[in-house]
Amino acid sequence: MNDSRIYGLMAEFDSAQELVDAAHKTHAAGYEKIDAYSPFPVEGLADAIGFHKNRVPFVVLIGGIIGGLSGYLLQYYVAAITYPVNIGGRPLHSWPSFIIVTFEMTILFAGLSAVFGMLALNGLPMPYHPVFNVAEFAKASENKFFLIVFSSDPQYDAARTRQFLQSLAPRMISEVPR
Amino acid sequence: MATNTQIPVADRRAPVIEPGHTFSTIGEKISNIVLRRPISLGWIFGFLVAFSLMNMLLFALGYLFLKGTGIWGINIPVGWGFAIINFVWWIGIGHAGTLISAILCLLRQTWRNSINRFAEAMTLFAVACAGVFPLVHTGRPWLAYWMFPYPNTMNYWPNFRSPLIWDVFAVSTYFTISLVFWFVGLIPDFATMRDRAEHPLTRGIYGIFAMGWRGSARHWHRYETAYLLLAGLATPLVLSVHTVVSFDFSIGIVPGWHTTIFPPYFVAGAIYSGFAMVLCLAIPIRSIYGLEDFITMRHLENAGKVMLATGLIVAYGYGIEAFMGWYSGNKFDSFLMWNRLHGPYAFWYWSLLISNILAPQLLWLKKIRTSTFWLWVLSLIVLVGMWLERFIIIVVSLHRDFLNSSWGMYYPTKWDWMTYIGTIGMFLTAIWLFVRILPMLSISELRTLLPEAQVREGAEVK
Repeated sequence: MNDSRIYGLMAEFDSAQELVDAAHKTHAAGYEKIDAYSPFPVEGLADAIGFHKNRVPFVVLIGGIIGGLSGYLLQYYVAAITYPVNIGGRPLHSWPSFIIVTFEMTILFAGLSAVFGMLALNGLPMPYHPVFNVAEFAKASENKFFLIVFSSDPQYDAARTRQFLQSLAPRMISEVPR
Repeated sequence: MATNTQIPVADRRAPVIEPGHTFSTIGEKISNIVLRRPISLGWIFGFLVAFSLMNMLLFALGYLFLKGTGIWGINIPVGWGFAIINFVWWIGIGHAGTLISAILCLLRQTWRNSINRFAEAMTLFAVACAGVFPLVHTGRPWLAYWMFPYPNTMNYWPNFRSPLIWDVFAVSTYFTISLVFWFVGLIPDFATMRDRAEHPLTRGIYGIFAMGWRGSARHWHRYETAYLLLAGLATPLVLSVHTVVSFDFSIGIVPGWHTTIFPPYFVAGAIYSGFAMVLCLAIPIRSIYGLEDFITMRHLENAGKVMLATGLIVAYGYGIEAFMGWYSGNKFDSFLMWNRLHGPYAFWYWSLLISNILAPQLLWLKKIRTSTFWLWVLSLIVLVGMWLERFIIIVVSLHRDFLNSSWGMYYPTKWDWMTYIGTIGMFLTAIWLFVRILPMLSISELRTLLPEAQVREGAEVK
């Protein structure tokens, strides 16, 4: 009975507080596939839509470890194996002088994993997205707040979901075409 | 308006953001500078001046590539000269941007939100200017990639025990991380610019950089985590960069270089000159573009306080240098101090003491700290003073070292000056373009400072 041409139902709110409250209620009502949009990061909004699985720190940790290890091993390989230079009989594996490059490589890899990991997990770049089909959505980067229930939600029903969103007293509700 | 109680009552300091702004007025005011404001004659004039200076740099570098580093004043004993002085000066200036964006972010200093974008841009441009100098100082800049470790037919690898190679890694990491940090901060603002642009081409260009940012709660959550982690990574990074720069000196045995005070003293000096550059740029820009609502007296005063604090650390560094010259009992070290105070460059050492230690003491006075004119003048004095500091460290230490027979004098040539002033032109050209092309303050971060952005956690559900 769900219309496959519809991506979801979107409700528009005037303030961050209204959006967070509405998101809490929608999630409490059993809707799982929902999302919320705001022009700036709103504290607690991710919690309100039931999003807890943030893997960015893990990606950064792995990136940092890879960076540090590869930095150190590179220097070990260069200084002790492939290009050994004997300077007055000093040890080839002179680890104290390798610390700085190891540190810099750790930061470099961890930082780049933070950026690219965040973008990849967010599925960006994605220049076209159904939510942009709603004309009012241009205000999502300015001063309006949006809540969407995706049509892929098992509980989604065009009429009943609209009725539910209406009960949250939004400014307006629009259908998001695919 | 339910959450006004969270704002500290009776805060007698100037506000971080003037009252009366809403989410949309912030976006409007900042994006209109780029999208709606016509290009003024003053901007064109300034740009032409900066751009001509940048062309002077290209001319000086072109002649350098033709003739070699012999056109500069460097010689033996003073092999480093202007190139390294300017490198250290520029990279130090960059440090304030990272300090503002990363360290103050971790310390939850909300006043940083209005000046971080602009300070980060300053960092990038300053590091780019800094990068020019070691590159051309190699004499054969087209072979500069030899400094990076890669398998090659010469069977050659860089020496990882050398501080100069550490510098390659530190500076290139610093530039890369500053660039992505800046870009990540810009993504949500690119989305605002995209949605506010009228011309389809403008919208398309900002749209490409916004990468389809739509402000989803999931995206914001990951974004904020990534931003915080980047801040956490950039903090030790920025402290390490000038530490490594100071290792270029302190690992050597030259008198005046071989000291353990160098890393902290260099980092403090870097932040000192960086905040001076922030003030030097922010004061005119905020009045030209009417941004007094966002860059308030509070910001300027805080920058003045940071300058005063780091200036005192630098003064301590000078004091320790003088003390160790005497206390070490090393005659080369004590001669270096004598030579600084009475030698051929004594005039510049005394100017350095006056501009870096004496003049900033005026910042103790609130009247000076809250006067844009005096802050601006002091920032220029400090910028000159910090340049002189690097001149003294490099030239005075090198020109008279252990053997009298190898003593000499260093005089910069016109090519040295043209390269140096040319990089100032390059820096200003980049700044000039930046204020017209990108939102120079962070729109989304400024919005979070408004009381309406505060949310009571799930009050109505429980």
